[in-house]
Amino acid sequence: MPEIRFEAAEVRVESPDVGGSRTILQPTTLSLTEQRIGIVGSNGSGKSTLARLINGLVLPSAGRVTVEGLDVARQGAAVRRRVGFTFTDPAAQLVMPTCVEDVELSLRRTVKDRVRRKQVALETLARFGLAERAEVSVHTLSGGQRQLLALAGVLATSPDVLVTDEPTTLLDLRNTRMVGDLLFSLPQQLVLVTHDLDLVRRCDRVLVVEDGRVSYDGDADAAVAHYVQAVSAG
Amino acid sequence: MSMTVGLYRPGDTVLHRLPVGAKLLGLAVISIAIVALRGPILAVGFLVLAVVLALIGRLDLAATARALRAVLVIAVVVALLQWWLFSLPRAVESLLDLVSLALVALTLTVTTPTTETLDAVVRWIRPLRRIGIDPERVALTIAMAIQALPGTLTLAQETRDAARARGLARSPRAYLTPFVIRVVARAHETGDSLKARGLGD
Repeated sequence: MPEIRFEAAEVRVESPDVGGSRTILQPTTLSLTEQRIGIVGSNGSGKSTLARLINGLVLPSAGRVTVEGLDVARQGAAVRRRVGFTFTDPAAQLVMPTCVEDVELSLRRTVKDRVRRKQVALETLARFGLAERAEVSVHTLSGGQRQLLALAGVLATSPDVLVTDEPTTLLDLRNTRMVGDLLFSLPQQLVLVTHDLDLVRRCDRVLVVEDGRVSYDGDADAAVAHYVQAVSAG
Repeated sequence: MSMTVGLYRPGDTVLHRLPVGAKLLGLAVISIAIVALRGPILAVGFLVLAVVLALIGRLDLAATARALRAVLVIAVVVALLQWWLFSLPRAVESLLDLVSLALVALTLTVTTPTTETLDAVVRWIRPLRRIGIDPERVALTIAMAIQALPGTLTLAQETRDAARARGLARSPRAYLTPFVIRVVARAHETGDSLKARGLGD
């Protein structure tokens, strides 16, 4: 699996209400090499910031983050070719009118021939159970289908790593299970930010994030127990 | 209003098969003619032409009517102004011209996949790469402008529903302020998602 390294990576943002900068991620040092990595934490704890550092959506204010030795701050484009990212609300991620066109958009960089590009896009949609929705508007899809399409759009380019930020938060139970099963069947390294403790239990390694720092780092069951205890303690 | 406004519908009509360049050129020529050539009789002629093109492209009647409804509201307001400021023939001409322009543009988007437009724009402006313009980025901007309409309509509908649920259906402030904030927020999210997909690199 690729190595994702955090070397004293810290994120600060300007905050007028405190009259200076506020730290939203304390200096963090980690080496992630497992295939399925879970990140849990309360809202505003810094877990999405940690995930966004991996493909350069957020850049560290200090320290560095590398993926397969590539620095996200200096080699962002190369990192993003290797790291796919999906968001909680797929509606923001779907930017083309129809499903097949949205997947084609992801492939523009890698597949130059138009006919071949459409063929690859259709094959990708078929893999995600969306073949029959290829020509329909992305705005008419159900929540589960939208999340599947967002994943299809990202995975069409075969990244080495998939970072997915709360992919099941807006989904019902059936779609949560469908998307969860899909995520855990992928050959890619998976970094899963979630509130779903059932999904987290399926990870090889889990980070618990509290108040902008990784408060626990270990196997899934122990991490979930730590998180539940921390939440219960208030 | 439909969330599929101006969305490409697969088909095998002459307009579907026509190269995107010819269609865009045709749209440009017809649009210039509509604006440049004056008179109510010519305006009727252009409307007939627009309807004929829509029929050739086999546009869905109900979807077309829904899409044109918003344009019609604006066209009527403009026509009433023209009538008040100038004359009735001028008002009729404005009304027909605006509807014709919208119908011709709608026919183009319904018979042309966005990716085809995107590919054509990239091809045409490729020489501009020499002066530092990224054709892919320009084409993506155009494609996103086309796509922005249904997405913005979804936000508008959600915001209106939220205002209604709070008993504020008649308050423009309760509707417009959150709507503008949500549109700006969605623009930021879309920017993030494009960056995440490596499309801005």
